[in-house]
Amino acid sequence: MAAESGKIDPMHQFEIAPVFPGGFEIAGQTIAFTNSALWMLLTLVTLWVFMQGGMKRELVPGRWQLMVESFTGFIDDMLVANIGAEGRKYAPYVFSLFMFILFANILGLLPIGVVGGHPFTVTSHLTITGILAIVSFAIVLIVGFGRHGLHFFSLFVPHGTPLPMIPFIFLVELLSFLVRPFSLGLRLFVAMTAGHILLKVLAGFVINSTNAGVGYGLMVGLPSLTLMVGISALEILVAVVQAYVFALLTSLYINDAVNLH
Amino acid sequence: MDAEAAKLIGAGLAAIGAGMAAIGVGNVFGSFLESALRNPAAADGQQGRLFIGFAAAELLGLLAFVVAMILIFVA
Repeated sequence: MAAESGKIDPMHQFEIAPVFPGGFEIAGQTIAFTNSALWMLLTLVTLWVFMQGGMKRELVPGRWQLMVESFTGFIDDMLVANIGAEGRKYAPYVFSLFMFILFANILGLLPIGVVGGHPFTVTSHLTITGILAIVSFAIVLIVGFGRHGLHFFSLFVPHGTPLPMIPFIFLVELLSFLVRPFSLGLRLFVAMTAGHILLKVLAGFVINSTNAGVGYGLMVGLPSLTLMVGISALEILVAVVQAYVFALLTSLYINDAVNLH
Repeated sequence: MDAEAAKLIGAGLAAIGAGMAAIGVGNVFGSFLESALRNPAAADGQQGRLFIGFAAAELLGLLAFVVAMILIFVA
């Protein structure tokens, strides 16, 4: 469908394939070490190296330690601003979430294709972002019901709602609460997918127009390439903003569970 | 009109939603900048709300993109 113009298929980059042949079968599904798993592992290793380099606890921080501390300080400030002093408890989770998404987004953008590798953006799959969103939602439910018990349902009835409106408002608030994990996971997944498709479509323009001749290459290929450079810069911004938005919304949802409005 | 053509037209129409989300996101950042320049001291404290508004406006455009992708590749 998409590969009709030339041979460039912008969806090919999202295909999941086993890195090694083999794998074992469970209930008719083959479990193998895929490129998705490989890039998640790479993200984890990069993150681990980054954190190890900065957790030296030197009295006078070096550059690396300053980088790590500015990230931890950023998340800490965000949690204290949104949840209050109690929010510090959730810093390990929100920090891991933020750093994992940030590193996965940026690793997927690296121009590894230049040296023959196949970069893969882990966060461009709803399975990954959906699971992250479900974990966040589960934490909200556990904290909410654990702290407030059934009183947690008062979250769905804002203060000062007129009595006849309560059933209606309750339904609307419940619906908007239940939609949260979907919108949380979908936002990250679609933002990453859309950006990568856009980049590959433009790359297809450059290759096809250059193959068609020098004139077409100058007329279509060169502007597309210039646009790609700009969009790549935009994509780095999107990678950071989406990681921030995911962490921010998670902390807001946790705030709902902790403080009940 | 056969079904294939209708799908592609529908996917194209979904681009209107993406354009509307562009207006929304521009409105969020534009209004923020406008008021941040009037009162720069209060601007830093509102960055969380800025990004919440951005996320809400952007989500609807992304949903339009999902509709287009479903029409082209799934339906």
